[in-house]
Amino acid sequence: MRFLHLIWGNLTRKKLRTALTLLTVLVAFVLFGFLSAIRQALVGGVELAGADRLIVRHKVSIIQLLPVAYQARMERIPGVAAAVHQTWFGGIYQDPKNFFMQSPVVPAEFMAMYPEFILPPEQMRAWLATRTGAIVGRKTAERFHWKIGDRIPIMSPIWMRKTWEFDLVGIFDGRDKGTDTTALYFRYDYFDEVRQTQNWGQGLVGWYTIRVKDPAQAADTARRVDEEFANSPAETKTEPEGAFVQAWANQVGNITLIVAGILGAVFFTILLVTGSTMSQAVRERIGELGVLKAIGFTNGQVLGLVLAESCLLTVLGGGLGLGLAWLIIARGDPTGGLLPMFFLPGRDLLLGFGLSLALGLVTGLLPARQATRLRVADALRRL
Amino acid sequence: MSENTAGQSALVRVEGVEKVFHRGAEDIHVLSQLNLEVPAGQFLALMGPSGSGKSTLLNLIGGLDRPTQGTVHVGGDRLDTLSDRALAAWRARHVGFVFQLYNLIPVLTAERNVELPLLLTPLSPAERRKHVATALAVVGLSHRAKHYPRTLSGGEQQRVGIARGIVTDPTLLLCDEPTGDLDRKAGDEVLNLLQALNREQGKTIVMVTHDPHASARAARTVYLNKGRLTNEPEQ
Ligand SMILES: Nc1ncnc2c1ncn2[C@@H]1O[C@H](COP(=O)(O)OP(=O)(O)O)[C@@H](O)[C@H]1O
Ligand SMILES: [Mg+2]
Repeated sequence: MRFLHLIWGNLTRKKLRTALTLLTVLVAFVLFGFLSAIRQALVGGVELAGADRLIVRHKVSIIQLLPVAYQARMERIPGVAAAVHQTWFGGIYQDPKNFFMQSPVVPAEFMAMYPEFILPPEQMRAWLATRTGAIVGRKTAERFHWKIGDRIPIMSPIWMRKTWEFDLVGIFDGRDKGTDTTALYFRYDYFDEVRQTQNWGQGLVGWYTIRVKDPAQAADTARRVDEEFANSPAETKTEPEGAFVQAWANQVGNITLIVAGILGAVFFTILLVTGSTMSQAVRERIGELGVLKAIGFTNGQVLGLVLAESCLLTVLGGGLGLGLAWLIIARGDPTGGLLPMFFLPGRDLLLGFGLSLALGLVTGLLPARQATRLRVADALRRL
Repeated sequence: MSENTAGQSALVRVEGVEKVFHRGAEDIHVLSQLNLEVPAGQFLALMGPSGSGKSTLLNLIGGLDRPTQGTVHVGGDRLDTLSDRALAAWRARHVGFVFQLYNLIPVLTAERNVELPLLLTPLSPAERRKHVATALAVVGLSHRAKHYPRTLSGGEQQRVGIARGIVTDPTLLLCDEPTGDLDRKAGDEVLNLLQALNREQGKTIVMVTHDPHASARAARTVYLNKGRLTNEPEQ
């Protein structure tokens, strides 16, 4: 672009002012990137949730247990293709800070329910053959440098208040970038056998995941499941997996709203800062703009010059900010496990770039209009 | 010498021009029933007291402003009826301006300043560089091409301004007090340059000045007073 050196020259005219404005924009976009990643971590699962999956939990709360016998009854309900259960283990590996989820499951049916977990077939066979076997997601395996064959001691304050030992037989990967690969799964038969020997909690599970035959009928199916267990000692509440994840995230608050609120305030400030920088920049060079017009620059070209300058400022600041955010975020979950899906989604990165461009257009528009409205003869008199 | 321009067609023809500015409720009649012809190739000086409307008239001729009434023809074009956009295009093609305060863009080097009008043409970068080099050579500042305006003297800045005015090779050069801010020596250099451009390249020049020393270089001098032009200064 032949006007680039002119735009660049104008931008670097007041170096300190430009640098400060750039820094402000940059900080705002680092924040944008960071909050996007946090939002992704907390509610990103909602979008990845299977549309054909329902979660069945105890009507009173998720921590109340359900009979394992419900599984067979659920599978008889019309519209239900399969049902699997999980149970909150709440185990601690070495230190409570090392948080990740563990759950006993029935391997074959569980892996069939969650095709987003990719486990090599020979590891699956090993799991089926090993009563104390467990599989773990790639993220957690890498975090603790676990290898297949390791014995993993996990202390459960809920179950038997003892340290359980699992033989690591497999490491699974996620099919999608957002797939949570932090959890550890071990065999339910082993789990229940230990409970039976202690005569405590046997035959109880945490919650069920149901696959429906027809996602369009999911609401009907959910209602039928809850009717099936109505007026029993353990009534159920069934909802789509997405809603379940959302409710889980909402325990922290309405994340999306909070994030939008913070970013709204930040970007409003940026708008004022950049806007005032730009209008000051234009006001200082009314005369020069008059000269350009005298030379033959059209109003449209002058408008373009000012807009290009403001956009260059915000896109540069925004790009650097997003880049920096991306670098920080790529170093991983800052909470050490509480945010298993902590990454900056490409969609938000794109949104950020769009936002920085929009910011440039909005902040440049008013000063640019001011520059265009200027009559040449008047501008030249103001020199 | 191009003093004798009789018989040549007028390049600039201003007829029956009125210019009224409005300042609040007040009307300021700056030009009234003004006529002026400038033959092609003439070096005309326009004198008059401060506030008499010299710049206003120059702006009308240069297509920077429109008359309240009357017509302005330059070359074959009638300027007073052109749109803003058409006027901008016309200026880019036909006229060069030289201002009292040089009006260089401080963040651009001398050569980048001179190049500005060429950015509006379809010339390639290489062609632009060639034209810029020629213009800077004409004003004797080839060795200052990479300098920023603030590192140049007033006289040098004004010569860069002239280079910018002639780089597109316009037929008409309009100068508003080009020596007004310069000392005698630098002013003389600028006047020599304008005179050379007029004589050697046949540029038609209209130069506003209130310096008799400057107007003496022109082939013809007209005086603006109370909105009208005369051939003699008012006593
Ligand atoms: N845009 C304008 N608005 C109002 N008054 C103007 C404007 N331009 C010029 N004038 C007035 O017109 C008169 C002539 O101005 P100008 O042409 O600049 O004079 P000169 O160049 O001869 O000193 C002055 O009184 C000036 O105040
Ligand atoms: Mg003047």
